[in-house]
Amino acid sequence: MTQLVWNGLFVGSFYALVALGYSMVYGIIKLLNFAHGDLYMLGAFSGFAVLSALGGVSAAMTLPVLLAVLLLTMVSTGLAGVVLERVAYRPLRGAPRLSLLITAVGASFAIEYGMRIVAGPDPQVYPVRLSGTAFEVFGASLTLPQLVLIGVAVVLMVGLHLLVAKTREGRAMRAIALDPRTSSLMGIDVNAVISRTFFIGSALAGAAGVMAGAYYGKIDFLMGFLIGLKAFTAAVIGGIGNIPGTMLGGLVLGLLESFGTYWLGGEWRDVFAFGVLILFLTVRPTGLLGERVTERV
Amino acid sequence: MNETKAPEAPRKLGATAPRTRLSKLFDNRWAGLAGLLIALLAPFVNASDYALSIMTSAAIFAMLASGLNIVVGYTGLLDLGYAAFFAVGAYTSGVLATRFELPLLVTVPAVIVVTVIAGIIIGAPTLRLRSDYLAIVTLGFGEIIRITANNLPVTGGPSGIYGIPSLTDSPVTFYYVTVVIVAIAIIGASRLGRSRLGRAMRFVREDEDAAEATGVHTYRVKLAAYIAGAVWGGLAGVLFAGHLSAISPNSFTFLQSALVLMAVVLGGMGSVPGVVLGAIVISLLPELLRGVADYRYFIFGVLLIIVMLVRPQGLWPARSKEALK
Repeated sequence: MTQLVWNGLFVGSFYALVALGYSMVYGIIKLLNFAHGDLYMLGAFSGFAVLSALGGVSAAMTLPVLLAVLLLTMVSTGLAGVVLERVAYRPLRGAPRLSLLITAVGASFAIEYGMRIVAGPDPQVYPVRLSGTAFEVFGASLTLPQLVLIGVAVVLMVGLHLLVAKTREGRAMRAIALDPRTSSLMGIDVNAVISRTFFIGSALAGAAGVMAGAYYGKIDFLMGFLIGLKAFTAAVIGGIGNIPGTMLGGLVLGLLESFGTYWLGGEWRDVFAFGVLILFLTVRPTGLLGERVTERV
Repeated sequence: MNETKAPEAPRKLGATAPRTRLSKLFDNRWAGLAGLLIALLAPFVNASDYALSIMTSAAIFAMLASGLNIVVGYTGLLDLGYAAFFAVGAYTSGVLATRFELPLLVTVPAVIVVTVIAGIIIGAPTLRLRSDYLAIVTLGFGEIIRITANNLPVTGGPSGIYGIPSLTDSPVTFYYVTVVIVAIAIIGASRLGRSRLGRAMRFVREDEDAAEATGVHTYRVKLAAYIAGAVWGGLAGVLFAGHLSAISPNSFTFLQSALVLMAVVLGGMGSVPGVVLGAIVISLLPELLRGVADYRYFIFGVLLIIVMLVRPQGLWPARSKEALK
């Protein structure tokens, strides 16, 4: 029982980290960045490239090296997100939503299959594997790396929350979410803030990618597809556009999946997750913590 | 949020550019007939089993594209899980045909009933939502159908169903049967687009609030579009099952949905000749570009972005008859 809870929280913190990028971008420019899951994949691969270039890493140094690679990856995926926004999304701001969504699908395809050209179709084995001796807490077995990864995820999420809630930059983001035109009249450089939002969201996805690669040990060019969908589910459960809500949604989805797998069997896990998504959208489309948004004409 | 209604250049899907001689040629009512003639004469040029198989697949793909066009093109609802309906159709007829040894044609009414139900099950809860939510939910639904087919014993699990009887004995007759059915489906989709319901769909696409305000029951119109798309997809699935005689969950991945969407977007959303052209391009291009097969989907992805940036109306755009008068 506690094992299920722990597994759920662990997977859920990954979902939450990826979902935050979705949620931030959606909150600010009302765009579903369909390629967000692929930025997670890009993060896993760029971490893979750096670690392979380093050669062997001694077992004692695994965690510090991995944290350094994590930072490096966050920068590179963040930049990839900025480029994506500049090339594919910015020219279409003001276009019908359908065009933007289709562009996002195209971007997702281009990133996935671009990576397939670069890295090949076969899964790659991560050079560093986080594994540690398990110890028992309340009858659940957990490992040190799991604790560290959750710790990193929590630090990143708290940092993000403080950024959005307390800083000048965060205020600018919230202003744009409310009304981009008026914000630009108030002296906010709307394009720059949106670029930075993409940077942060993509960096978080990249961080999650490296962590997943190091934890699960295998990465491939389609790994972002499913997690993108799950992250969206998490964002919807929590309330898309709402940062604490999204974190909560990630954890809730992780727990639901963990228990769903236990009851129904592993092969139904994804069906269960999407079933929950459809249920939530039907019953409470604003999510657990989301506010009711009225469409203005 | 009102930046979607920014003052600069509201892009319209059905652009009204000045008419050139070329565009008059494309507007010609004989274009469809010419296309049908080409399809009917093609086996006289090359009737090898391989060529026939590719042409049959292309025709089925054109039917899928014309079905998705009802949903995406006419009504402006992004469906990223269209392969689900294709799968529902193929599996329904496959299971019925192999378990009860029914001829494929007899399964068609059952396929229509099942796809209509599937369309209502997904459409009814989700069509009230905003369009971008719909996109992801349909994507999730596509995965649900595929995984379910993969897990259930009745659908043969990962190895699928094989030994599905074909409609006819020879590939050539099957090709002709397919072409005729697909042609009827395409004409049907085109007539639907010009009907009262089709106009309501386009109104919903252009401005849902205005449509609602002038008395169009937008939810019912969207559901009708969705169900029509589902039936088209399901019937294409029957042809697919008959053509390959074996189906497995691998044929109904997100990739398949995305390819159909690409055909619709590339050809021109809302334009029947456009999406048929798009479908033929998307399904025949890989045969011509065998050497760069690895780059294929990458190119498709980039192409999708470029089309949206540069020519959102597609290769062969839809022209509204009202705008020309």
